[in-house]
Amino acid sequence: MSVTVRQVRTGLNGDEAVAYAVLHADVDVISAYPITPQTIIVERLSEFVYNGELDAEFIPVESEHSALSAALGASLAGARVFTATASQGLALMYEILYIVSSLRAPVVMALGNRAFSAPINIHCSHDDAYAARDAGWIQFFAETVQEAYDLTLIAFRVSEDERVLFPSIVNLDGFILTHSIEPLHVFSSKDDVSKFLPERDPVNAIDPDNPITYGPLALQNYYMEIKRQQAEALFNSKKIIDEVFDEYSEFSGRRYVPVKKLFVDDAETVFVLLGSTAGTMRHMVRKWRREGKKVGVVSLTLYRPFPEKEFVESVKDVENLVVMDRSFSYGSPGGQLYMDVSAALIRAGVSPRVLNVIYGLGGRDFTPDLAEKALEVATSTDVPLIWLGVRGD
Amino acid sequence: MARQIRRLSEIPREELFVSGHGLCAGCGIPPMVKIALKAVDGPKVVVNATGCLEVATTLYPHTAWRVPWVHNAFENAAATASGIEAALKALRRKKNWKNYKIIVFGGDGGTFDIGLQSLSGALERGHKFIYVCYDNEAYMNTGIQRSGATPVGAATTTSPAGSVIPGKPENKKNLMDIVLAHRIPYAATINAAYPVDMWNKFAKASDYLEKGIGPIFFHYYSPCPVGWRMDSSLSIEISRLAVQTRLWLLYEVDHGKIKINVMVRKPKPIEEYLKLQGRFRHLLQPENSHIVERLKRYIENNWNRLLKLAELDSIY
Amino acid sequence: MDRWPSKWMDLPIGGVINIPGTSTWVKTGTWRSHRPVVDLDKCIKCLMCWVSCPDNSIIRLDDDYVDVDYTYCKGCGICANVCPTKAIDMIEEGGR
Repeated sequence: MSVTVRQVRTGLNGDEAVAYAVLHADVDVISAYPITPQTIIVERLSEFVYNGELDAEFIPVESEHSALSAALGASLAGARVFTATASQGLALMYEILYIVSSLRAPVVMALGNRAFSAPINIHCSHDDAYAARDAGWIQFFAETVQEAYDLTLIAFRVSEDERVLFPSIVNLDGFILTHSIEPLHVFSSKDDVSKFLPERDPVNAIDPDNPITYGPLALQNYYMEIKRQQAEALFNSKKIIDEVFDEYSEFSGRRYVPVKKLFVDDAETVFVLLGSTAGTMRHMVRKWRREGKKVGVVSLTLYRPFPEKEFVESVKDVENLVVMDRSFSYGSPGGQLYMDVSAALIRAGVSPRVLNVIYGLGGRDFTPDLAEKALEVATSTDVPLIWLGVRGD
Repeated sequence: MARQIRRLSEIPREELFVSGHGLCAGCGIPPMVKIALKAVDGPKVVVNATGCLEVATTLYPHTAWRVPWVHNAFENAAATASGIEAALKALRRKKNWKNYKIIVFGGDGGTFDIGLQSLSGALERGHKFIYVCYDNEAYMNTGIQRSGATPVGAATTTSPAGSVIPGKPENKKNLMDIVLAHRIPYAATINAAYPVDMWNKFAKASDYLEKGIGPIFFHYYSPCPVGWRMDSSLSIEISRLAVQTRLWLLYEVDHGKIKINVMVRKPKPIEEYLKLQGRFRHLLQPENSHIVERLKRYIENNWNRLLKLAELDSIY
Repeated sequence: MDRWPSKWMDLPIGGVINIPGTSTWVKTGTWRSHRPVVDLDKCIKCLMCWVSCPDNSIIRLDDDYVDVDYTYCKGCGICANVCPTKAIDMIEEGGR
């Protein structure tokens, strides 16, 4: 596909960028409940609907649980559906996350990543994203406001593809992206975007002329076959995601790949991470390279399905791997990304020294000084896990 | 227009809820479901909360439904239906989608208790669907635990007829009052011993939906032979007794105006109702007569209150 | 179950049941210990048994008299109980 469409350079915060993507996706139903730091998304969308810019039904539900429940109903009915939440809201949706993916219902959710209580905190951790990691959703991580916009459009296209039919989460770091205004390019109208994202052509939508039973009871004789099929289908969606990334790259002129790499080819130490901190690390890696230090960075734009092959390929010759988790899996050997990475490395038969860095919880700044500290620990000790920048250590 | 009937012979033969389901012998739910699916005419979709009706009618790969049927979870049937209704509105406007009506079935657990919030939200937002609570007065699907719908004194597995506490200490929650607090256009109680009345209420609801009037709520008295510990043949008889003793008030509220559908002038003694059911047997012991007295006061208060409310032009 | 796919890759996606009314493959008549028998001489065609049967096991004939379909009848006895003229008897299975 080689379509030239007009784009407008503007300045938006991450939440607004997502709202514009949803407007340009011409969604049919929005079902959401306010929660910081996502709220701006649904405020903007409400304005679009109430001002007649977006022809959609906005369901102002009474809880996040109902937000996702209604989103599932709307998706089964055949609509293009969007919801957004964060932190406690995602936790309240938890039961329904699994049901949406198991029923193979495309829904796109923006997740303004925020720490779980207690103590209550409104700032960024990846607790909520990781809480959804086993739920069968496709997950993208935005590094910039531009990516938040682009990935939202990509998510609709991927989720609704008849070869995929899984819901997607677009993660954007709470406040760091949701509330920060950055320059970006957006398309000028939904008509332009429709060349990349045509209207939804639902599979198995509710139809009284073709009565389907959705969400039955399945016990010992069939449950496992149904789950096996689901697991396989989510793995197989990876090649469609690759395809859509390529197509969008051409459509927008901005290149999207599941695994983003900088200076990894000859690197001795590579940082692995998700979200906006990748930008900070890229800055640091450039600095370190100027100082002659062989450091690289890998960030995952696609987190689920885990892009295992590309990831392992990119780090297989590295001596030191630093896996950065903006969360912790309490009682586990480390953070959640660390466990994914470790499993992938074992399967590939490669065994670099791996340091798991826990950083930035509850929105604590990740500064260049802290990056220096992480590099120092990774290259000089055999410590497996550090909580970076925490007082007392 | 859905047809108002006077005789059962006017009900069409074709069933949209078919045989082979796993509901218990004598279950009170199917007689209502069968009528709902026929009286609400035209294309329709069913949303079902987790519960007896859901598990027993869709044991994979066997479904008793010949209409589209959606089960999401326990507490969110009204929210799920909200989403379907909103989608249908948008799709009809934008893509000329085929129209259909939405009927929700939830048990008392899924409606009085865990699903009350999502029901309230949906009623407040005014989604156009029919919600039917089939009330068998306990969590029957998990093995007869007490719910907010369990009547005072009833023995369940979590409110047993103990030597110190003889059955559920609390009164049944008045769900219709909660629903009516939302000022919805049409709500009614229904009972399988009065199938013509039940049909006509569903038919009226169907017409309302066609005119864009909703939401609509029905509270269905749903006997459970297993949970109530009574003979499986008694479901309809007990339904009628519930009305004749004034325990179950059969009425409708149409845009705020109450109409009592069965005026019970000479109520039968409640003991006739209690003695048929194992869950109440302990109440007939002399030492528990105070609970029966309490139940009698509850019945009398409810009846008198309904009579007074029915005198008003509108309770809204 | 031979009417439904067995292997995971052959099942309809999303765990849905895409054929309506498959419960009729399950013959619940085996649950029954007593069976209803209709005496048509007493039947007044009120149809209370037909409308009340939880298992659609009362066959409503063209003339609105009724018969019993034993394929699914669980023997609950509601039909006999609701009959105003006692036209339906519950007979023990294996008896008479």
